[in-house]
Amino acid sequence: MGLFNNLFGKKLPVETPLDKVQDTVSSAKEVIKTDIQKEVNMSNKVKFIIDGKECTAEKGMMLVDAAAENGVYIPVLCHMKGMIPAGSCRVCTCKINGRNMAGCTTPVDEGMKIENDTPELTELRKTIVEVLFVEGNHFCPACEKSGNCELQALGYKYQMMVPRFPYSFPPKAVEAGAGKIYLDRNRCIMCKKCIRTVHVDGKNVFAFRGRGAHLEINIDKTLAAKLTDKQAQEAMDVCPVGSILRKEKGFDEPIGTRKYDKHQIGSEIEKVS
Amino acid sequence: MAQKITIEPVTRVEGHGKVTIHLDDQGNVQQSRLHIVEFRGFERFVQGRPYWEAPVLVQRLCGICPVSHHLAAAKALDVIVGAGTGHGLTPTGEKMRRLMHYGQMFQSHALHFFHLAAPDLLFGYDANPAIRNVIGLIITPEYKDLAVQAVLMRKFGQEIIRATAGKKIHGTGAIPGGINKNLSLEEKNEFLNGPDPMNIDKMIAWAQASVDLLKDFHSKNAAFIDNFSMFPSNHLSLVREDGALDLYHGVLKAVDSEGNVIFDGVDYQNYTDYIEEEVRSWSYMKFPYIKSLGKEKGWYRVGPLARLNTAKFIPTPMAQKEFEIYKAYTNGKPNNMCMHNHWARLIELLHSAEMIKLLLNDPDLMKNDLVTKGKKVSKGVGLIEAPRGTLFHHYEINENDQITKANLIVSTTNNNQPMNESVNFIAKKMMNGQKEITEPMMNAVEIGIRAYDPCLSCATHALGKMPLEISLYNENDQLLDRMKK
Ligand code: SF4
Repeated sequence: MGLFNNLFGKKLPVETPLDKVQDTVSSAKEVIKTDIQKEVNMSNKVKFIIDGKECTAEKGMMLVDAAAENGVYIPVLCHMKGMIPAGSCRVCTCKINGRNMAGCTTPVDEGMKIENDTPELTELRKTIVEVLFVEGNHFCPACEKSGNCELQALGYKYQMMVPRFPYSFPPKAVEAGAGKIYLDRNRCIMCKKCIRTVHVDGKNVFAFRGRGAHLEINIDKTLAAKLTDKQAQEAMDVCPVGSILRKEKGFDEPIGTRKYDKHQIGSEIEKVS
Repeated sequence: MAQKITIEPVTRVEGHGKVTIHLDDQGNVQQSRLHIVEFRGFERFVQGRPYWEAPVLVQRLCGICPVSHHLAAAKALDVIVGAGTGHGLTPTGEKMRRLMHYGQMFQSHALHFFHLAAPDLLFGYDANPAIRNVIGLIITPEYKDLAVQAVLMRKFGQEIIRATAGKKIHGTGAIPGGINKNLSLEEKNEFLNGPDPMNIDKMIAWAQASVDLLKDFHSKNAAFIDNFSMFPSNHLSLVREDGALDLYHGVLKAVDSEGNVIFDGVDYQNYTDYIEEEVRSWSYMKFPYIKSLGKEKGWYRVGPLARLNTAKFIPTPMAQKEFEIYKAYTNGKPNNMCMHNHWARLIELLHSAEMIKLLLNDPDLMKNDLVTKGKKVSKGVGLIEAPRGTLFHHYEINENDQITKANLIVSTTNNNQPMNESVNFIAKKMMNGQKEITEPMMNAVEIGIRAYDPCLSCATHALGKMPLEISLYNENDQLLDRMKK
């Protein structure tokens, strides 16, 4: 319990029950979110350079979002605009003022110099994608998300022909009894997007459990049973891979019409410029 | 001294097989067996997966006829999602699937005959393997046009598959209760009126020419074709309810070698009441048989030969005309000559082309009502006539939509005993009194298998390299000799 005693600067009584702690975590997150927002609103625009291109954005905006506004695509699997950053996938690693940093957790600042599209970073990102593939059990041919999957799309972008690393074939259980959701842990890349976005009655439907190599995504079946069709679809859409699926929704979108069948991942951002 | 000769061909995907021929001390063939030593485990690893994945997952069993697995699984799942068996789908759902299936039949039959079987027939099974292949056809002036046609016929069938399933190989078109796309006007026009030769009229003409080629070859080589391998057997297939040949859907029918009906009009949801599978210790492949006849007498053939033995007629005019000629050759009785599989196959090739044209002209293909569903049930069986014969898919699911049981009886399994019979027939004919195995002997065995199944394993040598290993054992299973090439 000691860990939680001084959570985000809020003193908690030693015997605080766990659900109270969770409430406090949620409100602390809200504080951070509003703080970031406030900072963005109050501050001025800043100028920064990505691969020689001069860019402008609100000060404090996360680099991946700021880059997108300037028509520069920085690949990322664990982040979406408006989401509290998690920095879990590291695919967005950029060289910022000479140091490798995650683009989704680094706010832009005046005069920042960012390297994004370089052979070194491409190699690094490709390696991360390859590792994500071999760490799970990703069988694209029979996956409903194929063609709409961000991980697969990055595999194509980086021309991942064969994984250079040995497959680990981890034994993973599926959760098929969670209402409208079919949770396939074989494909989870631990991005935490579902944890951060899918809520019912103000509570998280998804959460991690276990530690280290045993860390895995879990779903609260009672809360999941309350998800509407729309929410279930949103949960499926927020998952960058095929880990969260809507039950009985499979393959009704023909090959050739899926998102990344039509264009390479990131090209919609690059078109903006 | 009794000896055992082992032919170990094949290295590829479907059906790593080896043939063992047991000689007695007189050097006569005592017994021959085709061992299938593959183990692919699809029935096991679909367990736990959500049912809607089955059509895309299980089709990976095969690279030549994945569409058959895709559709058989989808048909089983139609039952599970309450869309019923066969005609429960919307007209667009059923007809798009039929178009996909006939496209598949067309390309697969073209591949089977021209790429894999024709070189053996046209050059002779004792010809030099370096030319006894489809490349050999291309470089032989007499057959060059034929080889080009073969390639384009296959391409045409594959384009039909792409238009219906999204991809030429391993697409996703069929989904439980229907199909995920209709046919666009551009696609329809392309197939009907594409520039020569890529249009359906040309394909029909080429298919007719293929049947004529086979008939011509047969008229000059009747003794060889008829007697290559011949034995009586039962025959089983789906037929339309009125007895017509129907490759996509129907009722189960079986006849004996004389044409007496063993059963007819059987709803295949109840196939386990009629068919059972036997496990034998020396092969991973099971041996199915008709329950009422028992293990010894109940084995049956499937595929083109069997289908033209069970069907009363073919519901397209040109194929029907050829069917009548074909049937007249055996006086209307069932045909039990293995190499006539190729003749039957080419009549089906023609029928498939005619069906494709009929379907392309059907306005239902362009409508938007794609899927139908009803009350979900926990078990579904889907049968289809795959290019090589009747294919059974059977799934059961739990309350969470996970597959709990899968049983697949693939065409090759249905033909397991007949292929063994063929190998035995050919071995007895060619090996009796022989001391060592010869190249024509090995080829003949493979040709016998290939009359049923061109699976890559059996077909590897079609490109001139036969990874064949022959081992000669004495009665104590000691290796006496081994030949590799
Ligand atoms: S289930 Fe999907 S969204 Fe959730 S952590 Fe795993 S990959 Fe991310």
